[in-house]
Amino acid sequence: MEERKLTCIGCPLGCEIEVKLKEKQIISIIGNTCKRGELYVREEVTNPSRIVTSTVKVENGKIPMVSVKTQNTVPKGKIFECIKELKTISIKAPVKIGDIIIENSANTGISIIATKNVEVSE
Amino acid sequence: MYDVIIIGAGVSGCACAREISRYQIKACVIEKDEDVCSGTSKANSGIVHAGYDAPLGSLMAELNVQGNEMMGALAKELDFPFQRNGSLVVCFHEEELPNLYDLYEKGLKNNVKELQILNKKELRLKEPNISENAVAALFAPSGGIVCPFELNIALAENAYTNGVEFKFNTKVRNIFKKNDRWAVETNRGMIETQYVVNAAGVYADLFHNKVSEKKIHITPRRGEYCLMDKTEGGTVKSTIFQLPNQYGKGVLVTPTVHGNLLVGPTAIDIDDKEGTDTTREGLERLLNQAGKSVNHLSGRKIITSFAGLRAHEEKHEFIIEEVKDAKGFIDVAGIESPGLSSSPAIGVRVADILKSEMNLKPNPDYIGHRKGILDPQKLSKDVRNELIKNNPSYGTIICRCEMITEGEIIDAIRRPLGARTLDGIKRRTRAGMGRCQAGFCMPKTMEILARELKESSLQITKNRNESIILTNRNKEQA
Amino acid sequence: MREYDVVIIGGGPAGLAAAASAKKNGIDQILIIERDHELGGILNQCIHNGFGLHTFHEELTGPEYANRFIDEVKKLKITYKLNTMVVNITKSKVVTYMNSLEGMIEIQAKTIILAMGCRERSRGALNIPGYRPAGIFSAGTAQRFVNIEGYMPGREVVILGSGDIGLIMARRMTLEGAKVKVVAELMPYSGGLKRNIVQCLNDFNIPLKLSHTITKIHGKDRITGITLSKVDQKGSPMKGTEEYYSCDTLLLSVGLIPENELSDNMGIELDTVTSGPNVNESLETNIEGVFACGNVLHVHDLVDFVSEEASLAGKNAARFIKKLKVGKNNDLGKIIELKSENGIRYTVPGIIRLDQMDDTVVIRFRVAGVYKNCYISVYFDKERVIHKKKTVVAPGEMESILLDKAKLNDYPQLSQITIKLEEV
Repeated sequence: MEERKLTCIGCPLGCEIEVKLKEKQIISIIGNTCKRGELYVREEVTNPSRIVTSTVKVENGKIPMVSVKTQNTVPKGKIFECIKELKTISIKAPVKIGDIIIENSANTGISIIATKNVEVSE
Repeated sequence: MYDVIIIGAGVSGCACAREISRYQIKACVIEKDEDVCSGTSKANSGIVHAGYDAPLGSLMAELNVQGNEMMGALAKELDFPFQRNGSLVVCFHEEELPNLYDLYEKGLKNNVKELQILNKKELRLKEPNISENAVAALFAPSGGIVCPFELNIALAENAYTNGVEFKFNTKVRNIFKKNDRWAVETNRGMIETQYVVNAAGVYADLFHNKVSEKKIHITPRRGEYCLMDKTEGGTVKSTIFQLPNQYGKGVLVTPTVHGNLLVGPTAIDIDDKEGTDTTREGLERLLNQAGKSVNHLSGRKIITSFAGLRAHEEKHEFIIEEVKDAKGFIDVAGIESPGLSSSPAIGVRVADILKSEMNLKPNPDYIGHRKGILDPQKLSKDVRNELIKNNPSYGTIICRCEMITEGEIIDAIRRPLGARTLDGIKRRTRAGMGRCQAGFCMPKTMEILARELKESSLQITKNRNESIILTNRNKEQA
Repeated sequence: MREYDVVIIGGGPAGLAAAASAKKNGIDQILIIERDHELGGILNQCIHNGFGLHTFHEELTGPEYANRFIDEVKKLKITYKLNTMVVNITKSKVVTYMNSLEGMIEIQAKTIILAMGCRERSRGALNIPGYRPAGIFSAGTAQRFVNIEGYMPGREVVILGSGDIGLIMARRMTLEGAKVKVVAELMPYSGGLKRNIVQCLNDFNIPLKLSHTITKIHGKDRITGITLSKVDQKGSPMKGTEEYYSCDTLLLSVGLIPENELSDNMGIELDTVTSGPNVNESLETNIEGVFACGNVLHVHDLVDFVSEEASLAGKNAARFIKKLKVGKNNDLGKIIELKSENGIRYTVPGIIRLDQMDDTVVIRFRVAGVYKNCYISVYFDKERVIHKKKTVVAPGEMESILLDKAKLNDYPQLSQITIKLEEV
């Protein structure tokens, strides 16, 4: 049996919730004060995922870096792989919000897109 | 081969350099740090003392009063901020009044002019924020305040313009007699010279003791300060000292020439000649002590705190003389408070010593004036607009707290002995010295420095070589 | 002198929303003055997600959120100046600005909206003892270096203060290869959002030490380490609890201060708790026709509420101008004071002029500590009229209540509204 402690992010209360798992199945959840806590823990235990945000180098742009994000959440375990892919690439200005920077980032099926417009430098 | 090597580009060394630059002389200032004004001269009260405090009949008293008298004309010649705001030594206990009168008498004997004793009423009229406990004060109208950086920098720039060389990042390792000359061994090679002026601040004993059998000892005496926001600058008009008593010398509260309020210093003797760290106890004590003389001081208004080291010599006296058993080696040692006030007179004194030994001819190209960095805030709107039209960089504000423009920062970098570091910019222009403490302007100032020095931002430092600001580019593979 | 109906000082989220709202309420002569080279303010460097859930019901990054408003301002053809610093504002609403193209220019505004934002508390303001080496940054400055300039301020990081910017930067530096050793917080609770503690610290196993502070900074050139000490209930460091952490970087996330130097110089009264202007229900300061919104008024934790507040300021500036046209403006009417008590630190606004208020008014406020299972109570003079149960309130999360004009009208004798926390 596995035991995990999680802090709920649903509200400032930040309940410390204890989850017991057996063969990846939740068998008990203790410590939450509301239903949201239970839902959060279920998601966080079975499929923890995050939006990843970072920057990418821009060539010939008004600014040297453009901010980017994963278009949807990616598995928590894939965060560093997504970030690593961004280190080696650079893109050419102009950049538009929503432009795809990397398709299928770290084999997650999720694209990385630009979150800022960058004009060409004069 | 030089006629004179001056060790140390602090205010004493640079005052000497500027004085001797009036003559035809091959001189060089060597400095271990990357800029002038990097040691004791950069962290002090910025007070031009009237001279009542120095021991009777001492060289300290003589040079203090002389230096004070010279400061006004010098400030005009070299274009640095100086104000005679007057000093007040405040007495808080009736039973200590005799001590106040003693100080008054000492001042008269030291030739301090226009001294006055103010009674409680006169004092409060002059300084409404003075503590209710004040009973009387000694008023010295000749007391003043100066920007210590700008005084030091102005002296250096003027000396440089008149032909004195400056070598930075040059650390003296050894000094010895070689034939009839001095050999100064540094991390950047050997320099030979006829005369050495030892203006090395807290390190002056180190060099003196290498050449003389009669040893001296300089103790670094740490003084901590708190600098308050410009909103507090008007709390007092004069510099407020506390009458020394059995509990110590007290701390001063003073406006600065740039409109801040300064509180300090503590006084702790330490061993480390680079021990400029502040302490919790020291900073707490400062505010408590200062609160005894002035009302409405709030810790919330502190924008920065810092510590400086005074070069305290055991006899509490300036040593400005040719060392008896080391001909050609001139000490400028033990220059602690009132060293800044005395600096113009110290320079003249050292030049006189050299004149008495060397056959010095006037420098025909000597220029006694120097223009400081243009401060657009002092210009009328029309003149300012004309300036911006001709040089648009004066229209771009970089430091929003002190309203410093790009033009001023570029001037600070490009002028003689210009700034090469963030602190160099800060001391010359005040960019980064305001309430946000460079939070906003640091990236912009670094960009300008990198551009002007043709360096990468990764090479820009705060002050010394090791004090880099940024460690690597983002996205660099670890 | 050129005249404008509305001059907005600052082109960040507050200024942009205020401008759009003034325009939509029928005002044409609007000018936004921005000191940076682009609109959007601090959002440009806040590249993380979590913005806009209230406003757009989707989760945006800072630059995306800003761009929604920038697009709107451009579409509405509102004029703005970039790289331009406002150097002075007079009581009679003459604004002096400066840039490299035009020099120093004076313009006459009919109304002014203050939207200058805030700045970070510096090391000096904290009076942390020790040396003064390179490598100490406010979290926001570090954020700018990493996200905008593309530089890393260091490799081994300690963060003092668990404000949201500090937490965000802990994750950001970690993702880009730095090691964040510890986040220390003076208070027994974090000033940041729970979500940030989990996703920025816990996700990366970065320890958060509550009730700790830095008692010494080591390193003469570049910072080499810090001493961390536990603090007692009064916040004073306890002897014998010192721990040394080596690091080459210290980030400070220890509070934000509204930037009100311009306001102060023009004679605007500032509140000692918020450091922002005292305002009425219209977000108007003591100088008629001068409004304030966003972080210059009081520091927010969610930009969505900044936008909401700024829209109100823009609308009220527009209303002020329309009234000027009909020459009717000094109808002060009845004034109701707002008072904060027992765990409530302040309220914005501080007064309500009943005749001037809309159908409703939002009262925003912060609490002084973490309180569990309490009530937020509103008293109309002596009578309790609102009693709202809260499982938890914390200083890091701004609270608000809504007051109805209709209800206020039911109390003709009402002179003071008190907001307080009450125990169950």
